Amino acid sequence: MNDSKTPLLRIEDLSVGFQVAGGEIIPAVKKLNLELMPGETLAIVGESGSGKSTTAHAIINLLPGTGRITGGRIMFDGQDLAQASEAELEAVRGKNIGFVPQDPMSNLNPVWSVGFQVEETIRANGLAKTKQDVRAKSIEVLAQAGLTDAASRMKQFPHQFSGGMRQRVLIGIGLAANPRLLIADEPTSALDVTVQRGILDHLQERTANQDTAVILITHDLGLAAERAERLVVMYRGQVVESGPSREILENPQHPYTKRLVQAAPSLSSRRLVSGRASVKVSSMSTKQIADADSAIEVKDLTKVFAIRSGAFRSTPLTAVDQVSFTVPRGTTTALVGESGSGKSTVAKMLLGLEKPTSGSIVIDGQEVDLLGKTDMKSLRRRMQPVFQDPYGSLDPLRSITATIAEPLVTHKVGTRAERQARVLELLDQVSLPRSIAGRYPGELSGGQRQRVAVARALALRPDIVILDEAVSALDVLVQAQILELLNDLQSEYGLTYLFITHDLAVVRLIADRVCVMNKGRIVEAATTQEVFDHPREEYTQKLLDAIPGATVKFGA
Amino acid sequence: MLGYTIRRILQAIPVFFGTTLLIYFMVFAMPGDPIVALFGDHGVNEAVAEQLRVRYHLDQPFIVQYLIYIGGVFQGDFGTSFSGQPVSEILATTFPVTIRLALLSLLIEMVFGISIGLISGLRKGKLFDASALVVSLILLSLPIFVIAFVAQFVIALKLGWARATVSGGAPWEELILPAFVLATVSVAYIIRLTRASVIETGQQDFVRTAYSKGLSRRRVIGVHILRNSLIPVVTFLAVDFGVLLVGATVTEGIFNVPGVGRTLYQAIIRGEGPTVVSFVTVMVLIYLVVNLVVDLLYAALDPRIRYGK
Repeated sequence: MNDSKTPLLRIEDLSVGFQVAGGEIIPAVKKLNLELMPGETLAIVGESGSGKSTTAHAIINLLPGTGRITGGRIMFDGQDLAQASEAELEAVRGKNIGFVPQDPMSNLNPVWSVGFQVEETIRANGLAKTKQDVRAKSIEVLAQAGLTDAASRMKQFPHQFSGGMRQRVLIGIGLAANPRLLIADEPTSALDVTVQRGILDHLQERTANQDTAVILITHDLGLAAERAERLVVMYRGQVVESGPSREILENPQHPYTKRLVQAAPSLSSRRLVSGRASVKVSSMSTKQIADADSAIEVKDLTKVFAIRSGAFRSTPLTAVDQVSFTVPRGTTTALVGESGSGKSTVAKMLLGLEKPTSGSIVIDGQEVDLLGKTDMKSLRRRMQPVFQDPYGSLDPLRSITATIAEPLVTHKVGTRAERQARVLELLDQVSLPRSIAGRYPGELSGGQRQRVAVARALALRPDIVILDEAVSALDVLVQAQILELLNDLQSEYGLTYLFITHDLAVVRLIADRVCVMNKGRIVEAATTQEVFDHPREEYTQKLLDAIPGATVKFGA
Repeated sequence: MLGYTIRRILQAIPVFFGTTLLIYFMVFAMPGDPIVALFGDHGVNEAVAEQLRVRYHLDQPFIVQYLIYIGGVFQGDFGTSFSGQPVSEILATTFPVTIRLALLSLLIEMVFGISIGLISGLRKGKLFDASALVVSLILLSLPIFVIAFVAQFVIALKLGWARATVSGGAPWEELILPAFVLATVSVAYIIRLTRASVIETGQQDFVRTAYSKGLSRRRVIGVHILRNSLIPVVTFLAVDFGVLLVGATVTEGIFNVPGVGRTLYQAIIRGEGPTVVSFVTVMVLIYLVVNLVVDLLYAALDPRIRYGK
């Protein structure tokens, strides 16, 4: 049956468009061609909006909203899926083509138990008939997905599972019927790096065992090269380059691919050096760092949360456990750890959004705990945050000018005209065109929004900026641009950064010093060079290994 | 869950005393002497008036009157109306009528509201959806007495499909027309709520994942879209049932339904303290129970919500 000479999937001149109000069709994928052999793994790489996910959804005809296939053929196993009826597609989905979605948090229905959602897959694809058989098969699927006591976890609901476990369940569902093709749409983008590695290993092992062909959609070039034999690079709805992974990485031809290879943080290895004139300090030697006075000094900081465990009882949870570190003025210190390591709680306590249980925070030689309300306000003026989600941290109903000027209004800085002038100046500083001043967040891209968030943080001319996963939600190229911007601003204004992230690859580009957190404690603190070259802790090594593409080496 | 329920019931105690005290005070503070009013045109007989005052404890200070009343309530004695009829008897005759009317309205709301809303949401932007939106907007903007009078005139008087007013016993079939009138505004609201909810759920990632598993459209709609969309609708229905249970003064008035709303209105006009307070007390209790049921319903429908285990 499996004739390895004929491709399992052949996409010919596929075009996909989205109809907008007024009937016009905006093309998202233009005349795309690709071929996939049985059992092969192919990665489609590109930034968001490149059409990679749209291509994946088009294959099983699950395009969102007004999207539709406007031309071309999708030949799967001798059948043109582009022309298939709804009933024919139903028969193909799940049974012959499995699908693993991007975000494990939103892809399981929160009101049905996990077991129910596996069972309905089994039943829909005719894998078992009787009630007992369906249940037995579901338990088998969950066990294969790596759930330890699968039978008892059947009754549990998605919110009782961790993100990694949910993604394992979704992979289990996708592979339940032994499909010949699995489409994995950014299967690990929403997960922690260490979890990511485990999930990808699991996926690779399962598909290899079942001889399932895989289309892996990802924005991470390093990850793609590590997991796929062949790469297809997409840009603005078109394939700009395709071929064996190693070859593309080592010798990219298309200018876009070249930029992508350069920008991939997992692949480069040096701290960014600003091209702009530096006013104060740019890159310091280790000795200088030690000598510089500290902007932030945290000593024995502890935070204990009371977790409700019954009607009237609660158990304490130590989120941050006697954490001490200092951030030298004008430098960047990265706080690294997985989710749940307590790094964001540290940031919240620094910003005064959460009260420490014990310990002290000294900012510019001033103890924070002792500050009254007015002092807290003056402190906030000198220390500003930038948060992770550029979609959630900007008020959609406020214009860009109003957003950036808000801290100025709160702190009663300047007249209306002066504030207006400052907003335009800030837009220049973050390299945004002045013309966007009157627009609203909904009209900006993710990268532009994050620039607005940076501009807002800089409005009060702070000394310290706390960046809580500030680039984690962005595409590689945009990520690189924002990191460069942050670096330039640092050298120009002598800013001090506390950079909180789970992504060690990014740390290497921006940080002078690294503190690695695990389970509420700092397990390792050293300069970035030391941590990357000679990690002392096993946990740090684990984090380093988890950087996708870490095993891929290239010549240029 | 049990702990949460007990806590909620404990919370209801101060609410109960607070509301009854407030209502009792407001009735007490109403201007005019109800005893004097009872004599009408006849001229007041001071001796009889004094006797009545003592009998209804009207000679006592406010707080003593309240405590006497509350003490009675706990023994099942809701006091006596000025006509001499025990208030508990009035409650027993009016509440069953209102409950019948409320159940009928609720049924109409569920059947029409949810089904039209679901079809509208699934066929967003199509003719059916557009018409449903326009009709529901018209219904929402009409005052209920207009709907009531039009229904009474057209359906009962012109077409003769129903009785224009309800007879003494208020049997089920005579309540259908008032129930429809009472339900219209809520039906319009539920259509819109269900529609918006269905559209929102339809765009969720897990719906696409459900299709990708190979499920049929029918199953995805029935199992994944409908169940999630009904969470806000069901809780609205429960709150609305509470509202219906405490009576609909206007509708009951127009159709002459001998229910809670009409009786309470008449008692307020006559300044009958015990009757008003007793009715309101029962209404407060109904509201407290309904709210508790709504919160428990939330938890039952959405497993993410668990109250203190």
